[in-house]
Amino acid sequence: MIEHRPIITVLAHLTLILGIAIVAFPIWVTFVAASHDAVRMTQVPLPMWPGDQFFVNLNKAMFEGIAGAGGIPVGMMMLNSLVVALMIATGKIVISLLSAFAIVYFKFPFRMGFFWMIFLTLMLPVEVRILPTFEVVANLGMLNSFWGLSIPLIASATATFMFRQVFLTVPDEMLEAARVDGAGPMRFFWDILLPLSRTNIAALFVILFIYGWNQYLWPLLITTDASMFTVVMGIKQMLESAEQTTEWHLIMMTTLLAMLPPVVVVLTMQRMFVKGLTETDK
Amino acid sequence: MAEIILDGVRKSYGKVEVIKGVDWKINDGEFVVIVGPSGCGKSTLLRMIAGLEAITQGEISIGDTVVNELEPSERNIAMVFQNYALYPHMSVYQNMAYGLKIKKIPKDEIDKRVQRAAEILELEEYLDRPPRQLSGGQRQRVAMGRAIVRQPAVFLFDEPLSNLDAKLRVQMRLEIKKLQEDLGITSVYVTHDQVEAMTLGHRLAVLNGGVVEQLGTPIEVYEKPATVFVAGFIGSPSMNLLDAELDDKGGAVTLAGGAKISLPEPLGAQGGRSVTFGVRPEHLKDIGGDANSLRLSLNVRVIEQLGADTLVHGTLGENGTELVARLEGIRAMAPGDVLDLNMAAKSIHLFDSKTGRRLG
Ligand SMILES: Nc1ncnc2c1ncn2[C@@H]1O[C@H](COP(=O)(O)OP(=O)(O)OP(=O)(O)O)[C@@H](O)[C@H]1O
Ligand SMILES: [Mg+2]
Repeated sequence: MIEHRPIITVLAHLTLILGIAIVAFPIWVTFVAASHDAVRMTQVPLPMWPGDQFFVNLNKAMFEGIAGAGGIPVGMMMLNSLVVALMIATGKIVISLLSAFAIVYFKFPFRMGFFWMIFLTLMLPVEVRILPTFEVVANLGMLNSFWGLSIPLIASATATFMFRQVFLTVPDEMLEAARVDGAGPMRFFWDILLPLSRTNIAALFVILFIYGWNQYLWPLLITTDASMFTVVMGIKQMLESAEQTTEWHLIMMTTLLAMLPPVVVVLTMQRMFVKGLTETDK
Repeated sequence: MAEIILDGVRKSYGKVEVIKGVDWKINDGEFVVIVGPSGCGKSTLLRMIAGLEAITQGEISIGDTVVNELEPSERNIAMVFQNYALYPHMSVYQNMAYGLKIKKIPKDEIDKRVQRAAEILELEEYLDRPPRQLSGGQRQRVAMGRAIVRQPAVFLFDEPLSNLDAKLRVQMRLEIKKLQEDLGITSVYVTHDQVEAMTLGHRLAVLNGGVVEQLGTPIEVYEKPATVFVAGFIGSPSMNLLDAELDDKGGAVTLAGGAKISLPEPLGAQGGRSVTFGVRPEHLKDIGGDANSLRLSLNVRVIEQLGADTLVHGTLGENGTELVARLEGIRAMAPGDVLDLNMAAKSIHLFDSKTGRRLG
């Protein structure tokens, strides 16, 4: 902004504050609810200010879970979610890097055919191919396993395209210089392409981690063993299977916990993330 | 140290032939410059020597080895690219050391070579910087450093100075010439810059449409261009090329405008044909001249004062062929003037109109 009239500054701030309030209010409610006991949560009006049960609830949710919903400790579900999200993010990045590398730098029969096949998978997210995929995973005996939770989600056309774009910006002379220097294909990939894609990898990691963490339908379908539940589907489970009263304070605590890792990932990788999306320093 | 031999080298992309048979012997320690218009195949030829482009037909040897099937890294060459092609995420030091590291050369040996190259190229203080923090000239030097540390048998340059500004280009041109002399490494240098072409190399190859039109020392190429193309390409402003008829005895030519010029040395048997008559603008004088010099009169049209020289554009006769003369110093004249020009008999060139080859 070039103008510095105070009224505009005030207005701008007001708008921003309003926006933040709208976004933050549900989170505040969640936090407040997570800090009261079960009894208080059944009384109207619902509390607007935090109570004193926060750490009690935290302890209970983390290590005991909700008895009515199978009593799975949230800590364990979070661990499951973490493993799955990491496997999906890493797997997607590794596979996409390699397939983009193959498509950009190698001449092989039906190269464009493969390219378009990858492109077509854009139209086939898990939700569309869920029954056949389930069958395949079941036949491979991967139900109730980390492999079953992550592998069907790993192939990624979007990431492949992104890396293809990144690789296409690397000048041909760079490859030729590396060839004169005696670098073979994998050496070139490892020493030159990877470092040049560093920020893009970081940006993609953030997006994919959150994608993996937020998976709901697929884990719901293929996990029957409570020890493999992920936290996002766990929350839903708590709501549904509550036999007695719904234990809102624990559910809210779980929600709060479930929001945490994505926030941590975004905050720690924020700088790289922004760089990866904007910078073109090649 | 090595000589480069090209034997019937051809290159086609699909049906299009880009290099149409090149035979060459580049001597050990020689500096050869390839010059030619855009798209004539200079880069392609160089990249075939480097091994970055497959050879369709023929044979290339470096030293005593036929290298057709060898990878670039196995050919004992180093290449400097037009856009430098430095690795942006590596420091200057790492850029230079990368190839040596891959060759598994011991660390202290790498260090010695890089330090030495940095010293020659005055890059010592920049060794830790990434390329993006260097100026164009410094990047160019790093690219050269990367070539030097390999201690190759052959240097290949593809228009290495074309991204630099004019002043830096002059400086780097001198540095490259000196470096090549000091190191004595066989070098092939591609350019389309007239000055680089004339000054850098021991020999100059003029390439046109995938064919080597002439290979010789720069002075040979300038004084005795083998074809009309070479005559028009080398030299700035270009040589005046006029249509003319050579009489039956080969003793005189008649220019299209009607002017008749008798030749100092009759061409005898080659007489009686259409020819292209050539004279360089700088060889036309408006003063001096003796009984033996040839004379033309020019109707002045445009005058360009360059300070050191004056370019006079005009026509022969009222509406005859156009001609340029480059006269020394600043001249007072105006469009419409008629200028009497003379030229030494030995400064004229005659080419067969059909074949484009030099006569006499
Ligand atoms: N990969 C390719 N496929 C098809 N034709 C090509 C290819 N590379 C080059 N050519 C053609 O070969 C010819 C020679 O190209 P080259 O790059 O050697 O020209 P050059 O003399 O280096 O020109 P410049 O001075 O512009 O760099 C050009 O006509 C070009 O169109
Ligand atoms: Mg070129």
